[in-house]
Amino acid sequence: MTKITFIDHAGKSTVVDAEDGSTVMETAIRNDVPGIEAECGGSCSCATCHVYVDEAWAGKLPKAGPLEEDMLDFAYDVRPNSRLSCQITVSAALDGLVVTTPEKQG
Amino acid sequence: MTEHIKTDAVIIGAGPVGLFAVFELGLLDIKAHLIDILDRAGGQCAELYPEKPIYDIPGFPEVSGQGLVDNLMKQIEPFNPQFHFSEMVTSVENTGTAEAPSFIVKTDNDKVFECKVVLIAAGGGSFQPKKPPIAGIEAYEGKSVYYAVRKMEAFRGKKVMIVGGGDSALDWTLNLHPLAERITLVHRRDEFRAAPHSVNAMRELVAAGKMDLMIGQVMEVKGANGELSHAVVRGNDKTSMDVACTAMLPFFGLTMKLGPIAEWGLHLHENLVPVDTEKFETSTPGIFAVGDINTYPGKLKLILSGFHEVALAAQKAHRYVYPNKKLTFQYTTSSTSLQKKLGVG
Repeated sequence: MTKITFIDHAGKSTVVDAEDGSTVMETAIRNDVPGIEAECGGSCSCATCHVYVDEAWAGKLPKAGPLEEDMLDFAYDVRPNSRLSCQITVSAALDGLVVTTPEKQG
Repeated sequence: MTEHIKTDAVIIGAGPVGLFAVFELGLLDIKAHLIDILDRAGGQCAELYPEKPIYDIPGFPEVSGQGLVDNLMKQIEPFNPQFHFSEMVTSVENTGTAEAPSFIVKTDNDKVFECKVVLIAAGGGSFQPKKPPIAGIEAYEGKSVYYAVRKMEAFRGKKVMIVGGGDSALDWTLNLHPLAERITLVHRRDEFRAAPHSVNAMRELVAAGKMDLMIGQVMEVKGANGELSHAVVRGNDKTSMDVACTAMLPFFGLTMKLGPIAEWGLHLHENLVPVDTEKFETSTPGIFAVGDINTYPGKLKLILSGFHEVALAAQKAHRYVYPNKKLTFQYTTSSTSLQKKLGVG
């Protein structure tokens, strides 16, 4: 199992087991991780599953595609390490991934 | 001037479930008006995923959000539904009794509906503009910060800062350019989602020195009494600068908010409207809630669930609209009277 750590805006962290092949957003929703809304259900259409990827991991993830970059324009408080968690697919290579959720989604 | 409209049913929300409600009500001779805050029909299907395929609509192995909406529009055409777009329902007042309900529904566009039943098909709530993360921006909203352009003239002679990189941002950059004293477009990256010809037109204006393009984010707004004077823009190189601006238009898309529904005296549970599963009626007789906005044991937020819900809600609505008429259950395949209503057979 791949472990992912979600840190909320206040600094509280939650570690969950993620299924390979699922997305980081789905992992958050399945485990009731707060701070991720995923209004559109994972179709990269709403920017409410916005996360900040821990700096140590920023270079290890595949880059955001053009559609994701477009949707990130709509996210709240976008930073260089901003990603939409519905577009990050879990794999063994991501074991130990740390993401932080923003103050609010949208 | 206030416009008064008398009808049988008011449907709040013109998403797929609201649209299909027109059909089910129409078969029972209940006339409906639909009100939606968006400028067109379709709700989330049209706003969030018009091009994305949906795979779980019975009878459609694959249909796009917009395709489903187009088909529903065609399906309800015989019932001549009346649409009121770009309007938000602000209040629903109960003026009847539990046995003979009647309601006064008001919108923010000065329309007043008098009706027997109300169907809330508001999905995730009303789509409202997303606000940028700028501290204290609320103090300027409506005075010098706007999330939509109602009257272009309001921007004449202003130093207008437009924030965003989509069609709204680019279209208003080009449309307001002749009126404004100066336009500054601020976007977080040097790529734009907007139509390429708009982007090219904007780049030509920038190249000719007729407007400014800044890549970065608005960090702070400055001014007094709601009137902006400057915005602090931080570039991607982390340097900040004060930019003179007397009007700002942030375009960050839309988000769903429950909105005024919370003030209509309905019992709510976690921003959803509890209903029974026989009639999908709320705690107020005559007000129904259908689709994603409602909740009941076992609720699934599926379009097909919403379709089922409106069919049952319509049966009860008929009792309120036609208290003295007996309702006989009929099939569209065999009933000549239903076929007449549909304009077929």
